[in-house]
Order: sequence, then C-alpha cells, then structure tokens
Amino acid sequence: MAMIEIRNVSKWYGEFNVLKDCSTTVDKGQVVVVCGPSGSGKSTLIKCVNALEPFQQGDITVNGQSLCDPATNLPKLRAHIGMVFQNFELFPHMRVLDNLNLGQTKVLKRDRATARDRSLELLKRVGLEAHAQKYPGELSGGQQQRVAIARALAMDPIAMLFDEPTSALDPEMINEVLDVMVALAKEGMTMMVVTHEMGFARQVAHRVIFMDEGSIVEDTSKEEFFGSPRSERAQQFLSKILHH
Amino acid sequence: MNYNWNWAIFFEMSPEGTGTYLDTFFWGLGWTISTSMLAWSMALALGTVVGVLRTTPYPWVVRLGDAYVELFRNVPLIVQMFLWYFVLPELVPKAAGDWLKQLPNASFYNAFIALGFYTSARVAEQVRAGIQSLPRGQRMAGTAIGLTLPQTYGYVLLPMAFRIIVPPLTSEFMNTVKNSAVGLTIGLLELTGRARAMQEFSFQVFEAFTAATIAYVMITITIVLTMRWLERRVAIPGFIAAGNATR
Amino acid sequence: MLGEFDFDVIWRSLPYLFKQGMTFTLTITFTAMGAGIVLGTLLAMMRLSSFKPLAMIAGGYVNLIRSLPLVLVIFWFYFLVPWIGQWITGAERPVLVGPYLSSFITFTLFEAAFYCEIMRAGIQSIPRGQVAAGYALGLNYWQTMGTIVLPQAFRNMLPVLLTQTIILFQDTSLVYVLSISDFLGAAAKIAQRDSRLVEMYLFAALVYFVLSYTASHYVKRLQARLAIVR
Repeated sequence: MAMIEIRNVSKWYGEFNVLKDCSTTVDKGQVVVVCGPSGSGKSTLIKCVNALEPFQQGDITVNGQSLCDPATNLPKLRAHIGMVFQNFELFPHMRVLDNLNLGQTKVLKRDRATARDRSLELLKRVGLEAHAQKYPGELSGGQQQRVAIARALAMDPIAMLFDEPTSALDPEMINEVLDVMVALAKEGMTMMVVTHEMGFARQVAHRVIFMDEGSIVEDTSKEEFFGSPRSERAQQFLSKILHH
Repeated sequence: MNYNWNWAIFFEMSPEGTGTYLDTFFWGLGWTISTSMLAWSMALALGTVVGVLRTTPYPWVVRLGDAYVELFRNVPLIVQMFLWYFVLPELVPKAAGDWLKQLPNASFYNAFIALGFYTSARVAEQVRAGIQSLPRGQRMAGTAIGLTLPQTYGYVLLPMAFRIIVPPLTSEFMNTVKNSAVGLTIGLLELTGRARAMQEFSFQVFEAFTAATIAYVMITITIVLTMRWLERRVAIPGFIAAGNATR
Repeated sequence: MLGEFDFDVIWRSLPYLFKQGMTFTLTITFTAMGAGIVLGTLLAMMRLSSFKPLAMIAGGYVNLIRSLPLVLVIFWFYFLVPWIGQWITGAERPVLVGPYLSSFITFTLFEAAFYCEIMRAGIQSIPRGQVAAGYALGLNYWQTMGTIVLPQAFRNMLPVLLTQTIILFQDTSLVYVLSISDFLGAAAKIAQRDSRLVEMYLFAALVYFVLSYTASHYVKRLQARLAIVR
C-alpha cells in the first residue's frame, strides 16, 4: 500500500523550474533514499511531501489524503508526518523536554503528564534522557539532531521525512544519528531520506531515487542502483561520493 | 557668571496656588510617566500585531502593515499630535467633535494616543526585523509538527524574536519617555512643561531645567537597569542573544 | 468637514510656507547634519580613545544628551547659550543670541550625540587588521584614521547616517516651541491667523510625509546598492 504517492509534481521559483514532472511512491514500511548533486531539487521535493513548499502542478497523497484537496486539514496531516531538518531546527528558547512536549500538547491535545512520559521514553530511546532539562544550545550537533528525531517521533508519525539529517554535523557525530535512523528503519518505519550517506542506503534502504536538475533520473531497488546505475550522471555521482 | 542661583525656589509656592514648585514638578513627573507607560503599552500591543502581519505569507496583509508603518513614521510627532488634538475634532460629526473638545484632560488622551501610534510603527519595525532574523527553518519546523500559523508565531517565532530585540526595544522605550515631552505643545503639563512654566514664573531658568534633567536621567537609568535585568532573566543557556554570551 | 475644506488658503500661503518655512527647515537640517557628523565623528574617536578621561568625557556627554528630550535640550541651549557667550567674550551681560542661532547650535550639538553612536559602530566594524596594516605602512594615528578607517566606516554607515538625518529633518519641527517660522511654524501661524487649522496641519503632515517617505525610499535603494558592491 502506498503511504506517500507523488504524481507529476512540478514546481517553479519564478522562471526557474526546480521540479520537473516528478513521480514516485513510498510504500508502507519502506525506506527510500533520495540522493543527487546539490541543487538537484531533492530537498525541495521532500518538503513538498508535507506541503512545507507549495508546488504548481501535480498532486501528492499521503495515507490516501491529497495535499491539493481543500478539505484536507494540513496541520493535522503534518502532525502525522515526522520531519527532521538539516539544521535541526529545535526551538532554542525551550528546554529539550518542552521541545518534545509542544506538538503533543498543542496539536495532539495530550495532557501534560502523558506528553511528558512519552517524551522521556523517546529521549531514553535516543540515549538523551539525562539532557531533558537542558536547552538545545547546550547540546552538541549530534545530540541536537537526535532530539529532533525524538521530537518528530513524539507525534507518533505514520511516516518520517529526513532532509539531509547529517550534512550539518561534524564527521564524528554522524554515526550516532545514523544509528538511531537505522534502528527506526529496522522497526518498519516508513521513511523518505534525503542523504549522501551511501552506507546508510546500502544498509537499510529498499529503494534509491537519484535526482538531477529537478528530475527523477533513477528510481530503482537498492541492489540495482549500487550494482549498475543506468544513467551516466548517477554513475559519475556515485563514483565521486564513494571515493571520498 | 553672575547668575543668581536660588535652589530654595523649589520650596516656594507656585503662582498657581496649589503647591510648591517642587509639588508641580512631581505632578509633571506623574504625567510624564503615565503618558509614557500608556503609550508604550499601546505601542507594544499594536506594534507586535503590525510587525507580525508584515511577516505573514499574505502579500496584501504585508502591504497593509508596511503602509501603516510608513504613515506613522514619516510625519513628525508634533504634527501628529496637532492632528489628533486640533484636526480630528473638526473632521468627525459636530456632536462628537464637541464632546472631544470638552473632554477633561484632553491633552493627556491626545498625547498618549498620538505617541502610542507613533511608537507602534517603530516597534512594528523592530518586531518584523526580529522575526525575519530567525532562520527560515524555525517557521518550517513549527509547521512540520502540525502547529497552525498563529501557534507557530505564539510558541516558536515571537518568543525568540522578542528576546533578540530587547536592546532596540529598550531604546524605543526610552524614546517614548523622551517623546512624551512633545505633549507640552498641546498643553500637557508634563516634566518639561513644568520646568518651562517654572522658568517663566520664577526666572530661575537653570534650577528648573537642572531638576528636569536629573529626573529624565533617573528615568533613563531605571529603564536601562530594568531592561538589563529582563534580558538576563529571559536569556537562554547556550544561546548567544543580543551579543552577550550567557555561559 | 471636508466640504468646507479651503484649498485656497494653502494656495495663497505656498510662497510663505516654502520660501520662508521650508528654506529654514532645510537649512537647519543640512547645517546640523554637516556639523553634527563632523562633531559626532570626533566624539566617536574620543569615545574609542585609549586615553580614559577623553573617553569618559565624550561618553558622559553622549549619554546625557541621549537621555534628554529634544524639547528640553532646545530650552536648555536657548537659555544657556547667552551665558556661555558672555563667558567666552567676557562681556558685561549675557550675549543676545536669539532663537535662530540658538537652534542651529542646539541641533548641531544634539544630533552630534546620535551621529557619534553611528560612527562609533562604523569604526568598530572595521577589522583591527586594517589599523595594524596602516601602522605597518608607517602612517600615524590621524593618517590611519583619515585615510583608512573613517572612509570605510563612513561608507558602511552612510545609509544609517542618512536615516538619522531624516529623523533630524522631522525633529527640526520642534523649534515650534521657540516660535520660529520653520515649515511647521509658518503653517501654524497661517492656521491661527486665518482659523484654518484643519487645512494647514493636514497640508503640513502631507508635505513632511512626502519628503520623508521619498528620502527614506532613496536611502533604501542606496543601501541595496552598497550591499551588492560590498
């Protein structure tokens, strides 16, 4: 069953065509890695999935609900899609615990005690329960990103979107974040991940999408992608990435 | 210099016959403080609303907010006070105009309303700048966890924006107190007006202005210390706001 | 009511309003801008001086002026300048100065405090390496300041200096309290003589608005241009 379905989506910034007729699906329980050179439109595409970026043509349905349908309650839909950003985007004026509580109490209307229990449980899971009372600015980048993942999980999402979750991190912190993501994937979470971490893709991805200049150039199983990418651009990209 | 200093003048009765010159000074101080505080509350409330409107994703709302700011920022405060005090009562229906003219303390109402609108445009400018200085991702992160636009402003954007703009708001607050002196041109007997009146009645120019100067300096120091305390109180550990490292 | 709005009174008084009023307003604006920026720059250099008493005097002056209402400062100088004149010239009695000269002095000294803070921020925004490079070439303090630091600081701060000048332009309307016929004073005189308050004050507001708005629009464009060049 398709959890996320992207059909013929095109987007322009003024004259500039950022997305060109993109179509793909992510099935329930699938992990799909989106890669491609910078400026290829992959971040824009993933932000379209929960309507953080508007698009001019095509349609996206999530869990059977169309983003373009005026009857769709966007805040409610977004609440069920977890999103992790490149720059973490924790709320700097709130303690770690309150970052996790905010959406639960204000959007899901959980009472404070329930929200708190859930938050602490998730912080424990990402190994940060000792930091619950700290402010985001007091944590390392890797810790902040783990908090951000916990914040997204606190909303009990039906799918998770990751927008280059490790590219703002120092190399020694990348693994602690990837470990959390691998664990999530193994539990059967539906995930769409924009990343250059090909090790992660090899380990848990079901499919790999390669984008270039706003188009989806390849959309194949992991085995096929790493075995024999069909497009020349993807081969070039892979050789650059894997040699570094 | 052969100026005759006479500090005892403050304990002489003012010719109005209602108290000593010192008493009239404290009344003046009272009007200065009440005019400024009311104008400042009004400016904070209105300025926040307009500042927020100017950062919304709706172009015509933004344009409306911009127009508001330009209107109140590009006309001198004294002219705005004249418009409220002299011109408005003539433009409304006659009965309402007469009622406005006969209001007790009309110069006080007009002064704080004029000052409130004038300052609100400047507060709106700071609030807009504060919100726009936040990373774009903050708004997205709020939206991504399902917060509505008003919730995103209330819980995510404004709490940070206000922390960032404490220093410029401090100077706007001080400007409000200083600008309340313009009220004397429409008959508000605030601090500067009292000093001027005392100079006219007693010819003790420098005592009168020295006293007013000391009062303003004290007010300024109070505001600066209060705002510094506020800034420290709302400072976020691990986050460098307003140029002071908190750890 | 708008039906009784008398455009004629505005039309009739235009020559007086602009030839007398606006000329004075602009003269005092530009004089105070020029003299204020020069004095303000000197004050800024004093505030940044490593010679502490100099820094304290300048800092004290700037902070004092900035905590006082302009109206009060206008009164202060109006009464103080004659006594200072007497002290300088050694005359028998306070020197007659008059509201016009006194307002020029007031606005220059008042605005200098604000220009000082702008120039101080501008000077501090220049990397220390620039000063070091100047000294390394063998330039002395004044040469380093004059040829390296101040030109860059002035250029960086030009939009802010001009914005302050627009504020100064609006502030000059406060000479009304000395009964001077600046633009607002002239409008007020006609308004009271002909009992045409509505027309004259609305017209004055409109003129101030158009001039300030246009000027700030150009400052914004200048700012955008400077931002690209940098």
